[in-house]
Amino acid sequence: MMRLPLFEFRAPRTLEEAARILDGEKTNAMPLAGGTDLLPNMKRRQQVPRTLMSLRHIQSLSHVELGHSGARLGACLTLADIAGDPRFRNGLTALAQAASVVATPQIRNMATLGGNICLDTRCNYYDQSYEWRKSINFCLKKDGTTCWVAPGSSKCMAVSSTDTAPALMALGARVRLVSRSGEREMPLSELYNNDGIDYIKRRPDEILAEVVLDSLQGWKSTYWKLRRRGSFDFPVLSVAAAARFSKNGVVEDARIAVGSAACRPLVAAEAAEYLQGRPLNQETIAEAATVAARIAKPLDNTDFDMTWRKRVTAEFVTYALRELRGDDMRPVNLLLTRHQ
Amino acid sequence: MPEEKDSTKSTDSHSKANGHEFRVIGVPRRRVDARAKVTGQTRFADDIFLPRMAHCKLLRSPHPHARIRKIDASRALACPGVYLVLTGKDLPIQYGILPVSQDEQALCVDHVRHVGDPVAAVIAREELTAFEALDLIDVEYEVLKTISNPEEALATPEPRIHEYGEEGNIHKLVALEFGNVEEGFAEADEIFEDSFFYQGNTHLPIEQHAAVAIKDPDGKLTIWSSTQTPHYLHRALAKVLEMPAAHIRVIATPNGGGFGGKSDPFNHEIVVAKAALVLDRPVKICLTREEVFYCHRGRHPVLMKFKTGVKKDGTITGMHLQTLIDGGAYGSYGVASTFYCGALQTTTYHIPRYRYEGCRTFTNKPPCGPKRGHGTPQPRFGQEVQLDKIAEKLKMDPADLRLGIVESSNAMTANFFRLGTVNLAECIRRVVQLSGWKEKFRKLPEGRGVGLACSAYLTGAGLPIYWNNMPHSGVQLKFDRSGGVTIFCGATEIGQGSDDVLAGIVAEVLGIDTFDVRLFTGDTDLGPVDLGSYSSRVTLMAGNAALQAAERGKALLAEAVAEKLAVPRERLRFADRRVFDSTAPEKSVTFQEAICLAEARFGTIGTVGSYTPPKSPALYKGGGVGPSPTYSYSAAVVEVEVNATTGWIAVPKIWIAHDIGRALNPPLARGQVEGSVYMGLGEALMEEQEFRRLPKRLSHALVHKFPSILEYKSPTSLDMPDVITELIEEPDPRGPFGAKEVGQGPLLPIMPAVANAVYDAVGVRIDEVPITPEKIMKALAEKKAGREPRFGPSHFPHVNWPEPLRVPPPWEGGDGNAVNDVARRAKPRPEKEKVLAS
Amino acid sequence: MATLSIESQKTSQIRFTLNGEEVDVSFAPYKTLLEVLREDLGHTGTKHGCELGECGACAVLLDGKAVLSCLVLALECDGRRVLTVEGLGEEGKLHPLQDAFADLGAAQCGYCTPAILVTAKALLDQNPHPNRDQIREALSGNLCRCTGYLQIFEAVEAAIVKIAGQNNSET
Ligand SMILES: Cc1cc2nc3c(=O)[nH]c(=O)nc-3n(C[C@H](O)[C@H](O)[C@H](O)COP(=O)(O)OP(=O)(O)OC[C@H]3O[C@@H](n4cnc5c(N)ncnc54)[C@H](O)[C@@H]3O)c2cc1C
Ligand code: SF4
Ligand code: FES
Ligand code: FES
Repeated sequence: MMRLPLFEFRAPRTLEEAARILDGEKTNAMPLAGGTDLLPNMKRRQQVPRTLMSLRHIQSLSHVELGHSGARLGACLTLADIAGDPRFRNGLTALAQAASVVATPQIRNMATLGGNICLDTRCNYYDQSYEWRKSINFCLKKDGTTCWVAPGSSKCMAVSSTDTAPALMALGARVRLVSRSGEREMPLSELYNNDGIDYIKRRPDEILAEVVLDSLQGWKSTYWKLRRRGSFDFPVLSVAAAARFSKNGVVEDARIAVGSAACRPLVAAEAAEYLQGRPLNQETIAEAATVAARIAKPLDNTDFDMTWRKRVTAEFVTYALRELRGDDMRPVNLLLTRHQ
Repeated sequence: MPEEKDSTKSTDSHSKANGHEFRVIGVPRRRVDARAKVTGQTRFADDIFLPRMAHCKLLRSPHPHARIRKIDASRALACPGVYLVLTGKDLPIQYGILPVSQDEQALCVDHVRHVGDPVAAVIAREELTAFEALDLIDVEYEVLKTISNPEEALATPEPRIHEYGEEGNIHKLVALEFGNVEEGFAEADEIFEDSFFYQGNTHLPIEQHAAVAIKDPDGKLTIWSSTQTPHYLHRALAKVLEMPAAHIRVIATPNGGGFGGKSDPFNHEIVVAKAALVLDRPVKICLTREEVFYCHRGRHPVLMKFKTGVKKDGTITGMHLQTLIDGGAYGSYGVASTFYCGALQTTTYHIPRYRYEGCRTFTNKPPCGPKRGHGTPQPRFGQEVQLDKIAEKLKMDPADLRLGIVESSNAMTANFFRLGTVNLAECIRRVVQLSGWKEKFRKLPEGRGVGLACSAYLTGAGLPIYWNNMPHSGVQLKFDRSGGVTIFCGATEIGQGSDDVLAGIVAEVLGIDTFDVRLFTGDTDLGPVDLGSYSSRVTLMAGNAALQAAERGKALLAEAVAEKLAVPRERLRFADRRVFDSTAPEKSVTFQEAICLAEARFGTIGTVGSYTPPKSPALYKGGGVGPSPTYSYSAAVVEVEVNATTGWIAVPKIWIAHDIGRALNPPLARGQVEGSVYMGLGEALMEEQEFRRLPKRLSHALVHKFPSILEYKSPTSLDMPDVITELIEEPDPRGPFGAKEVGQGPLLPIMPAVANAVYDAVGVRIDEVPITPEKIMKALAEKKAGREPRFGPSHFPHVNWPEPLRVPPPWEGGDGNAVNDVARRAKPRPEKEKVLAS
Repeated sequence: MATLSIESQKTSQIRFTLNGEEVDVSFAPYKTLLEVLREDLGHTGTKHGCELGECGACAVLLDGKAVLSCLVLALECDGRRVLTVEGLGEEGKLHPLQDAFADLGAAQCGYCTPAILVTAKALLDQNPHPNRDQIREALSGNLCRCTGYLQIFEAVEAAIVKIAGQNNSET
């Protein structure tokens, strides 16, 4: 049986108390939300925090506010809460879809939105047991000196594998970070670094408290995920797209994000910009897809062949845009995801 | 659409066959161990907790290939909570499943051969303590050259991974010829040459291997283990621990899935046994998922070259098969696997001349061994895909082509296997009809397609693993005055339903309910030997032994009752817990009374039964692999959908017909078919035991790419298509109540049927398993570029094949011996085999 | 790697409701619910196949929801409700799901079965009449290597019918 290493356990009841604990422990403590990322990592000794600070006793982190002016989502909402809540429709569809295809039903009952956003980056050479990593003499991200994906590289290229972050980026989400010294809000698109090790701008003393969304009245959004099986698997490519259309079907505003194709979710700004003022037809969709796919830089550190992942990126952007246009994409979706 | 019918869903509670009415056999029934399973009470090995129990963890080699220079465990031993550290010198005796490859050590003494090879064991009060102490054992290694695949093994005779074998790093070479194949090719109208590659994959039972050992109160050894082969483990323990086997008791706990992966004696079993003896406390080990990948013994990766000659009507005139087999670091069942790779080609279709050459190499990876279908899915894939190509070239429907060449019942094959009932043609006709094949094949819109394939499998290996003249399976029955019957048998329940088979057969014969039967199985102290749950042997062999024991008991009871009721014995019937005059049913005694009468008459009632397979006419060297009392047959049609842009593939539906002889418990039989289809589909589409060789200039590392149950892709409930299962029931007299195997055969046609369906859908050949979107997309690109629309291997490396043993087939007057094996001819057979076994 | 201090670490204690009964248990604080159930409470009905969230064999119901006990700290279970396979039957009778699984071949080796049963129960508690697709989806976090799932789906469907019948006869 894989066992956790020893740790100190803290269970604050308020955000303030939590902030105080993190402040005191500095890098020695890690917040524990659903635990579905952190605990496996601990069992494999990828992450060995001295202190685990549970967030589940802080009630304010589980609130949902959904109104005309926008939404505020507590970081400890579970993905099942989000996937199963009919209020997450219309503009928010992409988020509900993304949440509903994370991992498995049991994991979605445990996993939180905050944990999903803060998910550690992943790599075939890193998400392995201590013994396995020892047999490759470890790698840059943890305990080693070489990146086995790109042995010349001084940078880790571990992959951002969160499903909800690209969806939330397409929805223009912001996140609120709270620490003892205060709080700050930033666009989710700015939360991540292009670095597999130092992948997130959240400081160790900060708690991600909320996801904040402006009103998405009039927007349509969708999320497409590539993985081998109908469940369990992390995304190895994903596309989130959101758009607002004029009455005659011209794109007034659009946002596209590509997930699991780099150390962070990527905003396909150029493609989105191109679509503005254009209708979604075969030609514009194809052009936007080509432009958006250009930014994807998959490497050989996930499931599937990297060149193939690169080559199907445009196809996935196409699926997303066609769905926004109103095409019936259910057969394609069924073939791909096996979900009804 | 043809009507889809599920033949196994019978609603009446009696089944009829041969005019005889059965109460138990053939009736859908709750299996005897079902209640324990649905209440969580089945005691798997890791569910055993004993007072004072210590936990064991193994330190494993981080190097693929190295010499051990020094081991210093003093720091680990100094840890609070650590009881014992064992190293190779504590258990130096070599063992292995086959007598010819006793090449394993419980803990490597001086040579590690793959990442994961165990070098030391820590036994501690807590498992966590044991785990953390592993890091405190200092091992000094001298790294040796890494050999990562068979081609490297052929090119790198030194350093040798083992000091035995053919030469260099070649473990086994096989060359057999049955009739002159060149003459066969000369007679052919068309000759086809195709290469295929079948990637390795693993069993992935959800239960991770576990074992608990204790020193008994009387000083003997008992071990509970999730093993499919308690008898072979028993022998290995006796050998390595240098103890009389009579002082060792092996209890095979119900396996949480086996599929062949728990059929070898394992290092961790031997280690906990030793530790329990040293410490005189219970010692447990439960492997992590990663360690299960290191045990492996899964499907061998096989590169194949098929050359087949056919007449215009599809008749095969000759076949030549060559295989290059990646064995991994140890022998395991590998010698048998190498023969199996060439054995069953002849059992489905008539092949008048056949030549087989096989080469198994050692490599620095976890050892391969027997997985569901042992050695036969790989060549079956090649053969069935090649037949699809042949049919296309000959402009024949692939179903019709096969119908024209299927072997017939009781035939003797070119390699001297005596077939039993062969209902392959019926299987083909059924799936063709059920799937609407004629309306679909080459007629579905682009992107959709259907493919057909067939297969055969053994119903039990005709020979034991080690040479002996004793039965393969034994059953003892105890008849109790209380009216109960107890079955004692070495057979091992691995989920396949072997307990239910035994109980069902005994209950049917004695006219009682399976609930009246108690079972003690898989325990070397309590039951007579059954060789194990492998090669689909239990239903036929343990079943026949149970049948014999029950019939003998019935005869005793009948004699006593006949006397009491003054009715001739032949008129007595056993049913509904009564024994009665079939012409005057009111003349009866209860089953319990019958036992009492018999006990009064004869003394304590116990009977035995045993089963020994018939002698095989395949007398040539290597002819021991492949013979079976009878063979099962399957045919499947798979429908696929392929996206022509991405190569993405999905399987919406599968039809399968299986020639089972008789389904003893229909829902269980259907479950075996569906489970086989599931596993076959996993192999066809996604399962892969893949390894990473790090850049040679930087590292010698060769690691399992991702030894986890997340990244080893086993299909989920969402990936499983609808399956229409048809059981073809024509009882085979060789099986108990006519039953043949069902646990492995139905896996075999799935992979080639998927490949053939992909071709029907998008016109590309994927001559490799698994069939992934990447490969389809590459083949589609080839097609677009006007090149051969195919993905697959294009060359077969040079192997120095030995002169083949020439065995004239039966129709050329052969007697089952090789004409050029002088050494073997000179000696009588048993002695020769004994030499092999020692 | 962490230093060895486990032998000196104090145990923790929690009280929670296990299969309808209050239990107090003391355990090593690094343990997950899975370990405490199996090792400290003798409830070995809950299985494990990876301990990393990747197989589903360890599923239990926590406050009525299916979760993976290998990824829940036992420390986090104080005061909560846990249902395992041992608590599925009521009043000495098997739960209809158990009966159906036993009768219809849904348990072959039986190793994935406990987790599938409790997960299916959570589904039926929430949605008494799921269709085949919803059943497929709800069980998509439980790997079964033996059955190919189809007989599991059928057993859940049979249980649905049986439960509906029972409820009708009760009202
Ligand atoms: C088998 C398996 C499959 C999976 N598949 C997917 C998948 O398909 N898609 C996917 O996106 N994920 C997947 N995951 C990963 C994981 O389950 C999810 O990402 C989940 O949402 C993580 O949330 P959590 O609450 O469990 O995070 P935790 O494990 O509790 O935390 C994750 C990280 O975030 C930090 N953290 C958590 N909450 C906060 C907060 N509020 N403020 C600051 N830091 C915080 C933690 O310290 C930790 O570093 C999978 C996991 C498993 C085991
Ligand atoms: S990308 Fe390189 S450094 Fe980063 S985890 Fe993978 S192998 Fe390690
Ligand atoms: S044991 Fe595999 S998911 Fe928990
Ligand atoms: S019944 Fe064996 S894993 Fe499901």
